[in-house]
Amino acid sequence: MINLPLLPILIPFITAAVLMFFPKRIKAQRTISIISSLGAVIASFVLIFTIRQNGIQTVNLGGWDAPFGITLVSDMLSALLVAATSIITLFVIWFSFYYMDEGHERHYYYVAVQFLLVGVNGAFTTGDIFNMFVFFEVMLISSYVLIVLGGKKEQLRESFKYVLINVISSALFVIAVAYLYSIVGTLNMAHVSERIAEINQPGILTVIAIFFLLVFGLKGGIFPLYFWLPGSYKAPPIPILALFGALLTKVGIYAIIRTYTLFFYHDTGYTHMILGVLSMLTIVVGVIGALAYRDVKEIIIYNIIIAVGVILYGVSVMTPEAIEGSIFYLLHDMIIKAALFMLAGIMIAIVGSSHLKDMGGLIKEYPWVGWTFFIAALSLAGIPPFSGFVGKLLIVQGGFRAEEYIGPGLILLSSLLVLYSVMKIFTNGFWGTPKEYHGLKASMAFKLWIPTAAVVVIAIAYGVGAEAVRPFITQAVEPLVNPAIYIEAVLKE
Amino acid sequence: MEILMSIVIGILFMCATYLILSKSLLRIIFGTLIISHAVHLLVLTMSGLKRGAAPILTDGVTAYTDPLPQALVLTAIVIAFGVTAFFLVLGFRAYQEIGTDNMDEMRGTEGND
Repeated sequence: MINLPLLPILIPFITAAVLMFFPKRIKAQRTISIISSLGAVIASFVLIFTIRQNGIQTVNLGGWDAPFGITLVSDMLSALLVAATSIITLFVIWFSFYYMDEGHERHYYYVAVQFLLVGVNGAFTTGDIFNMFVFFEVMLISSYVLIVLGGKKEQLRESFKYVLINVISSALFVIAVAYLYSIVGTLNMAHVSERIAEINQPGILTVIAIFFLLVFGLKGGIFPLYFWLPGSYKAPPIPILALFGALLTKVGIYAIIRTYTLFFYHDTGYTHMILGVLSMLTIVVGVIGALAYRDVKEIIIYNIIIAVGVILYGVSVMTPEAIEGSIFYLLHDMIIKAALFMLAGIMIAIVGSSHLKDMGGLIKEYPWVGWTFFIAALSLAGIPPFSGFVGKLLIVQGGFRAEEYIGPGLILLSSLLVLYSVMKIFTNGFWGTPKEYHGLKASMAFKLWIPTAAVVVIAIAYGVGAEAVRPFITQAVEPLVNPAIYIEAVLKE
Repeated sequence: MEILMSIVIGILFMCATYLILSKSLLRIIFGTLIISHAVHLLVLTMSGLKRGAAPILTDGVTAYTDPLPQALVLTAIVIAFGVTAFFLVLGFRAYQEIGTDNMDEMRGTEGND
């Protein structure tokens, strides 16, 4: 079917439009949104297997040929990311049935989640740089709604800052697109890549490359531009935080990967050196934050920043092996961050606070939560049978092969400290003597645990079945290493 | 012409940056308004300000202005409009709930309030 890449965007879009008609009927809202998310998951898997068999899928919207119309391009990388996004959204929606207040659910919560899914899937699939801006805005506007929904003081305060930062970064995105358009005269990403290769990336394009790094770095939370992230992510309720932590920063990372492998690969000595240094500094600040706090949410939020650094380091090395590692780690990180935030949500639901000083001895009453958290923590740090291992291994190997020693060393050291930071939650929260808990939703703990455990099981399967996943990842890396494959698929020369 | 426009856009960016760095909520929102004006003018300028007819097909006209950036700007304007409307209401609600429009007093780590 030729419109297949459109389905993961179209299904949540139609669902969101339908859900707007009956906001007060919560049962119907829940049923429809979970069924349609399941539909998006199935569509994305069909898409993956189609790409596996027939190569990159493209759709020219409206039948206009490639550089003139908007093209949607699904290569293996974007299809895998779309699948991961849809799976995470499915389980987070399931999780929010039991976690969200009725007030949230009656006020278009599921609509906003579906629109977020539209924006994220669209940004992963689009083949046009201005269209990517539009999908970014779709994603951001629904994230503004989600972050402020409920209207508590803290949420209002933090969302004001979040909206401000994103308005500025969107303005910078349009500026970067305007500069790029003035030089290459096209917006289609494959065509841009071709034109840049023709003029062999003069100095001004290197400036634009850094501009794009600034824009997407602000969305993705890299070193000097991460400052908005910890405060804003602390404000909204847990299911929303799980969506943000798993999806939003990853869209920024995907955009960096796409532009730095498709557009700006001619002067890697300068641009990729900067990317490498910034990603190492990102790891450092993330680790410092993860060690400094004793608040469950805050520790995991800083772990997002560390993962951003690790993934971008792999991209900056630019060897097939390191990029493969980055893709492996990117998918792993989306799944495991969602799982960790959901586990933190269960702990908050039981204890009624997110600070470690109020927790202790949870394993006595809730052993299933405890051991799930233990496995997720090991998986985050990259202990061999679990999912974080292969990605980090490939990134470190790629780094050493490229004769860089600081970056891989830093990644290995950071894994240790990541393990320490999550084990801090485990030992303080689950071991020790039980304290008095004041959680209002403790009775829901088991229901909340089921979707969470499902996400952890997916993470384990992803780690144990790395051999089965690997051909897909290898196929995803091909167009990144050799842009000609991507250009040929889109422009059909 | 492009040089003149570039200088004007530069001044707009300067004003916007100054306003965004100030303390009052409303001034910050005005800053984002000005920054979006600057961005839209930049998109129009960057495609070249050549003389030509408006991009409407008419007989006997050979040179048109570039229609693509006009479409881009139209898209960006409505997006900026939507976000600004949201942002203004958000600023109003924040003022109502927190009782201040001073960003210095909106700093906060006081846990769950």
